[in-house]
Amino acid sequence: MLHGLFHIYRLGIIVNTVTVLLLAFILSVTGLFVFIWSLRWRLFDPHPNAAKTIFSEGEVGQVDEPSATPQQLQALQDEMGHQAPLDAAGQRTLSQELAERIQADRSSALVAFLFLSCSVAWLVVGSIAGLISSYKLHSPDFLVNDAWLTFGRMRTLHLNIIAYGWAPMAAFGIAVWMLPRLLKTKLMGGRFAILGGMLWNAGLIAGLGSIAVGISDGMEWLEMPWQVDLLLVAGGALAALPLVFTLQNRRVEHLYVSIWYMGAALFWFPVLFLVGNMPAIHIGVEQATMNWWYGHNVLGLFYTPMALAAVYYFLPKIIGKPIVSYNLSLLGFWGLAFFYGQVGGHHLIGGPVPGWMITLSIVQSMMMIIPVLAFSINQHLTLSGHFRSLLHSPTLRFIVLGGMMYTVSSVQGSFQALRSINTVAHFTHFTVAHAHIGLYGFFTLVMFGAIYYVMPRVLAWEWPYPKLISWHFWLVLIGFAVYAIGLSIGGWLQGLYMLDVSRPFMDSVNVTIPYLQSRTVGGALMTLGHLVFAFHFIAMALRHGRRVGPALFHEDKVGVQAAGAQSL
Amino acid sequence: MNSEYKLLIGAMVTLALATSALVVVPHLQVSQVQPPEGLEPYTSAELRGRQQYIAQGCVYCHSQQPRSQAQAPDFQRGWGRASVAGDYYYDKPHLLGTMRTGPDLLNIGARQPSVDWQLGHLYQPRAYTPGSNMPAYPYLFETKDKAEEGDTVVNLPPGYAPEGKVVVAKPEAMDLVSYLLALDRTYPITPDYGVVRD
Repeated sequence: MLHGLFHIYRLGIIVNTVTVLLLAFILSVTGLFVFIWSLRWRLFDPHPNAAKTIFSEGEVGQVDEPSATPQQLQALQDEMGHQAPLDAAGQRTLSQELAERIQADRSSALVAFLFLSCSVAWLVVGSIAGLISSYKLHSPDFLVNDAWLTFGRMRTLHLNIIAYGWAPMAAFGIAVWMLPRLLKTKLMGGRFAILGGMLWNAGLIAGLGSIAVGISDGMEWLEMPWQVDLLLVAGGALAALPLVFTLQNRRVEHLYVSIWYMGAALFWFPVLFLVGNMPAIHIGVEQATMNWWYGHNVLGLFYTPMALAAVYYFLPKIIGKPIVSYNLSLLGFWGLAFFYGQVGGHHLIGGPVPGWMITLSIVQSMMMIIPVLAFSINQHLTLSGHFRSLLHSPTLRFIVLGGMMYTVSSVQGSFQALRSINTVAHFTHFTVAHAHIGLYGFFTLVMFGAIYYVMPRVLAWEWPYPKLISWHFWLVLIGFAVYAIGLSIGGWLQGLYMLDVSRPFMDSVNVTIPYLQSRTVGGALMTLGHLVFAFHFIAMALRHGRRVGPALFHEDKVGVQAAGAQSL
Repeated sequence: MNSEYKLLIGAMVTLALATSALVVVPHLQVSQVQPPEGLEPYTSAELRGRQQYIAQGCVYCHSQQPRSQAQAPDFQRGWGRASVAGDYYYDKPHLLGTMRTGPDLLNIGARQPSVDWQLGHLYQPRAYTPGSNMPAYPYLFETKDKAEEGDTVVNLPPGYAPEGKVVVAKPEAMDLVSYLLALDRTYPITPDYGVVRD
């Protein structure tokens, strides 16, 4: 009897293997069909003018940098070369289109301002939580008397504040500002976004409170109790409504590549969040595969495309030059959409989960090199010959450096997924450094740049103290370099020591201590940079400094923010 | 591209593929896994302790997934044989972890079965492991002038208890320790058992 049961069970395993192989086959064939279908429908649209849709008539060649001083702006224009002046007809079209763009900017001003303000507040709180966590890791008897201050909670608060506070608030604030410009219409349904933002923040505060008192769903990235997650789901859905409404009212034929990234990301995220937080469905180690499907896709299918959308808009806009290869940007999009979703399994290499899934994730991690290179080559070619522009544009510095960090962190991630390298790097601080190169070096720097570009348009006000932008840049750059380089070395040594059976485990702890200390130093510099940034942001919102100068196109328009509020 | 619908359909198809590969098919496969002989369900005290493990965030520094001997010396370090999917049959949520700031804990109950050691180590890790960077958890304990009936007094190495006081474990600490002692997957996995692991 028992033997018979066992036989049936083993048969089950064999059938299972066949099923898995069959599914893998179907998966590949489907992928192929999607690719053919995308060619058939010209998703790789070869229209050369598509890259120029973000420019008005005669605007190509014209630099645009709202955070620059007049001198910087002049130098930037000199660097990029001067265009022949437009004829009278061209001039008329241009001023007509610029007037429409001002309307577009006004319609999004209030919503963008609210979201970006929240993002800056969360950034400061999140940095402090991160700094405390970092300090605790080399001084473990610091702040041990209160449960909510223990490392396991403070570190989790840091992650959740950044992942669900700073990052989505900044990404959404920038997206909602870019939308009307890219679709050449007014923002529709901004009031839903505001309501959604309020629900989201309320949910986040409740979730953070839960973690602080020790109520947690227990999975990394998914700690907030699912009951609280309902608020975030409702808030996120409301906040995405303007995308739908504004798309329906668009006045452009072609959807620029930034819209692809943003549109897809804003629909991907709710699916991820919903499936990930669904209670009572996931079982045994499948919870772990789901956990890393979610954890990696929040980065790959939400933050990454949101930041790429920003780079693809702001980079060409600032230097007045369309991206060189539009087709490459589309290849990058579909490559990211297809490969990135399947890489999460590389977090479980060597673990008690199905081996075929791990192999699939490793393969797709390597395949990610394709979309990443598509982006990197594009950024490089677009800037090629004009790298001096980075000297003159405070915004561009953040954005281009962020773009480079995307290449670094992604290529690093691809190789880190290889079994040989993963065996050392897995379970160590090297992974933490890698995560920060992605979410900080890439995403956060790009968002800083985008905020510097956007805010003068949102408030119709200049950044009051241009020097502070430099302070911010250099503080976070130096701080981050100390953080990432030190922790990568420390983490790698930790991994090597852990694999060396002749060394006691404690050697792998001791070797990291100096690097953990250097991480605290780097983190402190970054936090200081964020305080400078937050101070500058508040000073601007409180109307220190002056109204936008002659360098900006809507210099004489008054009360942009008030008008924005009315048009909601 | 000019149509938002094609964009969204394309985007949803790619996500659906990823979801089936990383969530749906693993679910089908894991749903066939049976608990190995020798694995017991957690008792209610152990489950309460498991909640403490989650609440204090132990998972952020401790994995529960020893690797195979072919890959890493986890077994030689006493962390146990390579674990298989069935070892986690009763784990909800999973606590595999991705970090080893401290050692793997899947078999800590077998490696350190002493309640005294576990309690004292939670109260002050450096009393047992010099150089450890694990936080101390004094808030899981009470210090009293003298123990009352029913109290579990923590036997600390000399010099680590507050002068003239006794350290008593709170129920949370007792629960946590009962969970840690339950972490024991040293039973053998026979070749007949359908092994699911990387």
